[in-house]
Amino acid sequence: MTEPVLSLGGGALDQMMPMHLIVDQTGHIRHAGPTFMKLQPGRSLVGLRLLEVLELKRPRRVMSMDELAALAGGVLHFILRTEPHTRLTGILVPLSEGNGVLLNLSFGIAVIDAVRDYDLTNVDFAPTDLTVEMLYLVEAKSAAMKESRKLNARLQGAKVAAEEQAFTDTLTGLKNRRAMDHILGRMILSGTDFSLMQLDLDYFKLVNDTMGHAAGDHVLQKAAQIMVQASRVDDTVARVGGDEFVLIFQGLTKKKRLLEIARKLIAALEKPIQFNGRSCRISGSIGISISNGYDLPSAEQMMKDADLALYASKNRGRALATVYCEKLLQTPDLTAPPSSAGGPTVFF
Amino acid sequence: MHGLMNRAVQCFVRDTYGPRVWADVAVRADLGFDNFEAMLAYDDQITFRVLDTICDMRGTPRAAMLEDIGTYLVSHPNLEALRRLLRFGGVGFVDFLLSLNDLPDRARLAVSDLDLPRLELWGYTADRFSLTVTSPHAGFGNVMVGLLQTMADDYGVLAVMEFKGRQQATETIEINILETCFAKGRRFELAAPAGQP
Repeated sequence: MTEPVLSLGGGALDQMMPMHLIVDQTGHIRHAGPTFMKLQPGRSLVGLRLLEVLELKRPRRVMSMDELAALAGGVLHFILRTEPHTRLTGILVPLSEGNGVLLNLSFGIAVIDAVRDYDLTNVDFAPTDLTVEMLYLVEAKSAAMKESRKLNARLQGAKVAAEEQAFTDTLTGLKNRRAMDHILGRMILSGTDFSLMQLDLDYFKLVNDTMGHAAGDHVLQKAAQIMVQASRVDDTVARVGGDEFVLIFQGLTKKKRLLEIARKLIAALEKPIQFNGRSCRISGSIGISISNGYDLPSAEQMMKDADLALYASKNRGRALATVYCEKLLQTPDLTAPPSSAGGPTVFF
Repeated sequence: MHGLMNRAVQCFVRDTYGPRVWADVAVRADLGFDNFEAMLAYDDQITFRVLDTICDMRGTPRAAMLEDIGTYLVSHPNLEALRRLLRFGGVGFVDFLLSLNDLPDRARLAVSDLDLPRLELWGYTADRFSLTVTSPHAGFGNVMVGLLQTMADDYGVLAVMEFKGRQQATETIEINILETCFAKGRRFELAAPAGQP
């Protein structure tokens, strides 16, 4: 079967391919589709040389009509010579003997800008052209993406809040044990020098038992405030048990300075705390371990040693601070866990 | 039901009756949360519980409420994006009607898990049509009545929509176009307005 020979008027091509150009053998435009004409408003295209209007970028530059015609059937990439230099993709086919070429063009991916730049509407595209569908999709996808981003932002906010909560002791607002383990692990990994201070409140149980939980909670909150005030921004204060706290002092390893901080802390804790018109009296015992006392500090060992030092403080009569050293191990009586029955009698 | 639909109902209540009424609806319908997320899916019955709650609170029959929601979807400035997406369907109102068959597929291209009811347009004459809306859930037809009426205004066309009821899973709407150039209609440009891509 032979292909039927088509004879189409310009009007038919305008409907089917509104971006086409008919160019004669000498390289002059003989006809331009209605949408292409919108790209050159106020300019009469017929009679102009094609290469004055468009510049061929790929596959290669051409200087003459013969060179261009030789590229028939392949993909052509043009840019418009006038502002805003819109990119155009095209294909050309030779017309019957001596009648030049038919060049059909499209905006390709540049269509989103082109639609705006030239104020194009649905009717500027052939119904078979998927441009309008593509624009629809770009807008619909952007709207859907916007909603997704909003959801992501909300989830991110909730995640941060949940993490914050997971690392916080809700009664005092201090860090909790999980957070402390985390921070300790990070410091050891990064080789940062630091000191670990274990602080047990003395006589807290008594306050709780005789004056009630509300008084106990109030005392814990006050004690937390005192510890936060005694530490610097980069330090960590964590509540790791009922009346047990851990302070981590980043970069601070001077024994003398640490004992001074500990003494001030204990003095502050011993100031009577008022609750519903009554005075609550507590104190604190402290044990300290310092990271540069170890060849390879480990969180577990340092916590254990600070604990030992803490026992020593308690056994020596409470309201004291002790820095761990190996000598402590030679005095097992001093570092035995104190029995809860022992200790001095307390008066309010 | 898809979060987008639930979210649309929520926005309708918020923008029509105020945020406090929505807060009230959320409590009375026992949602257990304050806001629907547009990009999550929810159990179907939640949507109907919310609709029943609003209808009870306002004393409005469900059909009328759904029609109002349809109007809201394509007329409120907060949902301009949706109106624009629908206007991509065609240059004139009839083209738009003819594009409705493709609407569920178009929607799925953008949001793959969004299941819209099946829409089929039947043309009798150049100005008489009927649209069938097929879905396991009743009520989409009522929403479409409000939506079509408002889109007709958008195109500047005078048309009458009539809801003909539900048979099995299919609801039918009759559409009569009385005048195609009734008013100027609202503009639509292919290029998205500034601030949008």
